[in-house]
Amino acid sequence: MYGSGILAGLGVTLKHFIDSYVDDLKFLGQRYYNPAALNKRQGTRGKGVFTVQFPEEKLPTPERFRFIPFLLYDEKADGTHDDRCTSCGICAKVCPPQCIWIKRSNDPVTGRPVPQPAAFYIDIDICMNCGYCAEYCPFDAIKMDHDYELASFDRTSAHIYDKQKLDKPVAYYASLRPTDYAAEEKARAEEEAKKAAKKADAAAKAPAPAAA
Amino acid sequence: MSATAPAAAGAPANLAEHFPEGVAADTRKGYEGYVVGAGQLLQVAGAIRDKLGYDYLSSVTGVDYPDSNQIEVVYHAFKTSGGPGLNFKVQADRNDPVVPSLVGLYPGAEFQEREIFDMYGVRFDGHPDLRRILMWDGFAGHPMRKDWKEPFFEEDLKPFGSRWPGGDVRRSEELDPFGANVQYPPDFDPYEWTPETENAIYKLMQPKADNGNGGHLKTDKLVVNIGPQHPSTHGVFRMVVVLDGETVVDLKPVMGYLHRNHEKIGERNTFLQNMPYTDRLDYLASMSNNHAYALSVERLMGVKVPERAEYLRVLMVELTRICSHMWAIGFLLNDLGAFQTPALYAIKERELILDLFEATAGSRMMCNYMRFGGVSRDLPAALRDENTMDFLRELVVNRLPYAIDELDRFLTHSEILRARCIGVGVLAGEKAIAYSAAGPLLRASGVNYDLRRADPYSIYDRFDFNVCTRPNGDVYDRYLVRIDEMRESVRICQQVVAGMPTGGEILAGKPQYNVRVPAGESYGRVENPKGELGFYVVSTGKTNPWRYHVRAPSFVNLTLLGEMCKGHKIADVVVILGSIDIVLGEVDR
Ligand code: SF4
Ligand code: SF4
Repeated sequence: MYGSGILAGLGVTLKHFIDSYVDDLKFLGQRYYNPAALNKRQGTRGKGVFTVQFPEEKLPTPERFRFIPFLLYDEKADGTHDDRCTSCGICAKVCPPQCIWIKRSNDPVTGRPVPQPAAFYIDIDICMNCGYCAEYCPFDAIKMDHDYELASFDRTSAHIYDKQKLDKPVAYYASLRPTDYAAEEKARAEEEAKKAAKKADAAAKAPAPAAA
Repeated sequence: MSATAPAAAGAPANLAEHFPEGVAADTRKGYEGYVVGAGQLLQVAGAIRDKLGYDYLSSVTGVDYPDSNQIEVVYHAFKTSGGPGLNFKVQADRNDPVVPSLVGLYPGAEFQEREIFDMYGVRFDGHPDLRRILMWDGFAGHPMRKDWKEPFFEEDLKPFGSRWPGGDVRRSEELDPFGANVQYPPDFDPYEWTPETENAIYKLMQPKADNGNGGHLKTDKLVVNIGPQHPSTHGVFRMVVVLDGETVVDLKPVMGYLHRNHEKIGERNTFLQNMPYTDRLDYLASMSNNHAYALSVERLMGVKVPERAEYLRVLMVELTRICSHMWAIGFLLNDLGAFQTPALYAIKERELILDLFEATAGSRMMCNYMRFGGVSRDLPAALRDENTMDFLRELVVNRLPYAIDELDRFLTHSEILRARCIGVGVLAGEKAIAYSAAGPLLRASGVNYDLRRADPYSIYDRFDFNVCTRPNGDVYDRYLVRIDEMRESVRICQQVVAGMPTGGEILAGKPQYNVRVPAGESYGRVENPKGELGFYVVSTGKTNPWRYHVRAPSFVNLTLLGEMCKGHKIADVVVILGSIDIVLGEVDR
């Protein structure tokens, strides 16, 4: 029958229309502003309206979500910061749009470079969020952030991040990416244990010939 | 494929045997194929097409070799019956490069030759319409030549010296954009200037004084510009249309509004740095772009990708195909006037796939997921509050097949859709091949050519799936091919999920940020959702590519737009454009 194709199509629309109300009822008024419901209705079995009431509610960012990087520091017992970055320059070299600038610091007495950056800038207008800096930093000193709401009134003054703005505590990182953090800490502990074992080994061996 | 190897079944024939004069095997280290003299090119190309059966000219591009004062034009021809390709080159004097045009033999070379003219200044003898294609008219020089330098030029190769160890940030905009950094041709005044090709294009399409259809009434033909800012042009894309009444007499696409010289950036970058840039080509299919680029570089490096990484790659790429086709169908319906409802139903399913990309690679669209020799991350343990494998299984076993069926029920038999699509924009199979059309556009014209079968890469030979073709070559068949292909992709995904090895390596060797790639050339291509995506990479053995060329399917497919639109009503132009499914990020590069 002519027109049956259109009717079948309208049937699909009608089904979607009804589904959205049925789905609303299923959540008993708890459909919105409720993270557990959000996961359900946005999941593989979600049937109703698929939109998120942004900005009142937001899609949860998965752990690996990557946005503008930040620098990590460990907090020492006396409250001072211990930068993880050694200013080795790898991130600045690997960065595809070349938006990282690092000034190495030198020892004032000897003039030799010391493993700490004197300055660290990222031009976030240029950063393409590729995640390479975090991926290839050998010291886990730079990581990708989750904070994507960066609108500002003045581009020129607000969009070049300096070290002060980039520095964030390790605890913040651990809260963003617990899985990665745990894996890295484990690898680090193993590495240290290995080193310690080697040292102990060497120490145990070394005195032997002296004694003989 | 080596130049001296005997012509085994399926392997390219020994060209030098057929043509003792003017054809020599390319003996440079790592290079393949033949060097043909410019004088013999037409004859040799004719024989390659007719005698040897290489009927499909996939890619034409240029390479600049200032050391030998030559510009090389590189052709990659294939057989639509499958098998490896044949690569031949012509070398031209850099100071005055002239090469015979192959448009007569392979009409698909038209836009690609124009691009080489634009980027390298090579003049193609006998080209019907040799104008700049991506750059604007007032542009001085040819940007892909090695001695051309962009505004705010810093250094030839990244990484730039100013970043470390003495890095001091400076915004490029602080440099005067109108200072010595911008070059104009001599005697050029931007304020006094009217674009020449603007006039040229109108003159070229100039409606001849004509007495209309019947002869009694004197009618004028009308030139209409659709775009660049038109909601249905799928981006900043312009079509100059000559109309007789409502009927299209001629149409020429104008592009380049989104041009950013991707390839020049690519030659400044290191090999690895190009990976996230490929995301920005066809931004609806970043995984496929990653895959094609990784393949072409891996070929030079000779690395073997671990099992699990291959499975992950195929999974991601096939999910990308579903996303991209969903998008294409949804927005084709927008072009038809079914405003937004089908589009939103379609891209709703895409959300879930993007959730997986985001949880795995870290980004929904700019995935930057693949590395040379594998992928960057394994699947996460959980996605939201679900186990990832459960999520995946539910997605590819239940959700997506249902969604595709529903879309099919929703649209396929609709009388309105059929009335608007059947018999519109018809493209015959031979013509599609001659014009180097690729992807659903080619297969909807009855040509059984899918790289996953014709020239298998990765691990596609292990999966059971069909190449989808349709016989009529109209807009409706292109729509149907996309529906069919989504079903096949779902089948592949189901096989991947069932057969994926648990655990194991995902990257061959250690992660390396500064890979050295052995000298040579390589053309890696994949069946991207839009068609054949190829990367032509030349390495000199250093960390940066000497040449990085993208054979973008959307760009080459547009060569056919004018042909397909002629004789149709202006309202169909947008639909035909929608059925090609272009992404301007890839067209303009
Ligand atoms: S952030 Fe990491 S890669 Fe970058 S300079 Fe510091 S230590 Fe090196
Ligand atoms: S995320 Fe990529 S672009 Fe951004 S700073 Fe890191 S390496 Fe550079």
